[in-house]
Amino acid sequence: MRNPQLNKNGGLQHLLTIDGLPREILSTILDTAAPFSEVAEREVKKLPLLRGKSVFNLFFESSTRTRTTFEIAAKRLSADVINLNISTSSTSKGETLLDTVDNLCAMQADMFVVRHASSGAPFLIAQHLAAMGLEHIHVINAGDGRHAHPTQGLLDMYTIRHYKKTFANLVVAIVGDVLHSRVARSQIHALITLGVPEVRVIGPKTLIPTDVDKLGVRVFHDMRAGLKDVDVVMMLRLQNERMQGALLPSPQEFFKYYGLTADKLECARPDAIVMHPGPMNRGVEIDSAVADGPHAVILPQVTFGIAVRMAVMSMLAGG
Amino acid sequence: MKIHIKNGRLIDPAKGIDAQADLFIAAGRIAAVGAAPEGFAANRVIDATGRVVCPGLVDLSARLREPGFEYKATLESEMAAAAAGGVTSLACPPDTDPPLDEPGLVEMLKHRARHPSFAHVYPVGALTLGLAGERLTEMAELYEAGCVAFGQAQAPVVDTLVLMRAMQYAATFDFPVWLQAQDPFLGKEGVAHDGEVATRLGLPGIPVSAETIALSAILQLARDTGVRIHITRISSAAALEMIVAARASGIAATCDVSINHLHLSDADIGYFNPHARLAPPLRDGRDREALRRGLAAGAINALCSDHAPVDDDAKQAPFGEAAPGATGLELLLPLTLKWAGEMKLPLGQALARITCDAARVLGLSAGTLAAGAVADVCIFDPRGSFRVTRESLRSQGKNTPFLGQELPGRVCCTLIEGHVAFENGRQG
Repeated sequence: MRNPQLNKNGGLQHLLTIDGLPREILSTILDTAAPFSEVAEREVKKLPLLRGKSVFNLFFESSTRTRTTFEIAAKRLSADVINLNISTSSTSKGETLLDTVDNLCAMQADMFVVRHASSGAPFLIAQHLAAMGLEHIHVINAGDGRHAHPTQGLLDMYTIRHYKKTFANLVVAIVGDVLHSRVARSQIHALITLGVPEVRVIGPKTLIPTDVDKLGVRVFHDMRAGLKDVDVVMMLRLQNERMQGALLPSPQEFFKYYGLTADKLECARPDAIVMHPGPMNRGVEIDSAVADGPHAVILPQVTFGIAVRMAVMSMLAGG
Repeated sequence: MKIHIKNGRLIDPAKGIDAQADLFIAAGRIAAVGAAPEGFAANRVIDATGRVVCPGLVDLSARLREPGFEYKATLESEMAAAAAGGVTSLACPPDTDPPLDEPGLVEMLKHRARHPSFAHVYPVGALTLGLAGERLTEMAELYEAGCVAFGQAQAPVVDTLVLMRAMQYAATFDFPVWLQAQDPFLGKEGVAHDGEVATRLGLPGIPVSAETIALSAILQLARDTGVRIHITRISSAAALEMIVAARASGIAATCDVSINHLHLSDADIGYFNPHARLAPPLRDGRDREALRRGLAAGAINALCSDHAPVDDDAKQAPFGEAAPGATGLELLLPLTLKWAGEMKLPLGQALARITCDAARVLGLSAGTLAAGAVADVCIFDPRGSFRVTRESLRSQGKNTPFLGQELPGRVCCTLIEGHVAFENGRQG
């Protein structure tokens, strides 16, 4: 079975997950993003690469940051952008996911940027488009359930490369709620594909998925041990509804043992960078002193996110 | 109607027969095997040269979707599928809408199924009202209406006191109880086996312990109550080990496995294929190997289709939202042959699991070609093949992970009580 996100020539048809993508494609995306981040410095920030194309932001789950940066990226490429927040729209009237897609196809969509609460939803859409012979329409996964958030993973790689110049010899730790995190899964696949020799995940056993070591990571339950000599700390967001109950006793106890504080950060290398996909829960997974401190590159991540999303969109649909 | 089936390779696993022999049918029963009875004048001769003649298949789980789910399937569509698949007896689980918890519903189902070309239907009655796991059904009345066993389909009995009482009551009348082992809490959010595949795909997992914990409760209560217990659709090596150990300690538990779990593992979910969304979930490759060996050795008593036709809308959804289940009546024989071929098993040993052994679980004398038995017969071409497509499936459910595959064996003719219900691609 062919990887559904690749076309017959092995090029990128959709961006659904980083799992299974060759290193060359990841590197090409990062290389393509570099000049786009310069566009942002100009007075006229527009490029004509997607002129006349219609990009539908299809968000079945709410989002501010991701949707906005996709919108900005598409607009900087001169595309027409249509935002649909479907959680409050047709599916509540009983329309199926694929019916919604069919209707938007009939409106001459060129690209869908999809966020959905169910793992695999963008695959279903991509497979449906293939079955309908609509190969000119591209799908970008903007986050599906616990599965993947590939553009977040890529912008994180762009950030790491920006600050660390190379992926070789790095030790990277991903901290927090790995179990429910699509961001963590995309980060793990990207880091390993790009050649990072040691990827660690840190968290209590309730938040570490079964057999995650088979994805190629080392598992730590002691945060200080896990942070020892790392070059990059990637914090994960802890959703409010997971802070109490059977997964964790309280946000306070989580913060004490797995929250990133200046004190714990001292275990890492002196030049370590601290990342977070946002939105942050200050005082739960990260202390304000760290979030606003000299190691944090959290706001540059957001800025780089626009360039990376421009790169992906232009590679899929530009020319 | 007298029928002479000639020149076939006759396999009757119940009698240990695998030989070139003719079969003679009169008045809906097997009149003789080998030589014609004196004065036998056939109205019809079926040439089975190059074909296997075996007992009609006995399927321990086939959902006909009536009453209540006629948009998924109807008795007519699924009985056509059964006949085309060589299935002549089938047990249907109680998860209809309403569930089979009242004698009137069972009588209606039995009445609707009364047709010479329809397989014999053996309803499994609901163990508790509405399958809610709270109040017992009128099991004795349901038995009189035609139920052969009592179960919960895939609904749990959360309250173990209710479970014990239900087993005690069933044991009073020596009614068998059929249960699927899945802990309702450990399995609550999960949609796939809790392992590397689910982790990679970000699918909430169902651990093997969801099966073994529930199984442990069932087996201990079965021992205490003395009920005849049958465990449906086991999915893991650990569950099989527990059942084997329970037998060694004197609990007469039987169990079955589905065709899907015999051939597939969680790796077959691939890129979120909703056809691989099944309940119980597909486990990993080691579990599958243990199930394949366990069925060959007879530790697993029977193989069933676990036929569950699902409408397209319910399957065309993201993996976790897709309705679980796969169509299977027409795949039971081909997937038995595929398994037998891969395991290098004698054909008779493999066919036993879908004929006499399954009949024994049901408490029936069916599944044999012995003289005097009801003439339920399946004639198939072992060198033929069945290509699984939406068009080739007669079931209203087009949902199966085997879609697109070419499977061994082609059913040529199905006889139900001596009536030709299916022949050369046409319904009788």
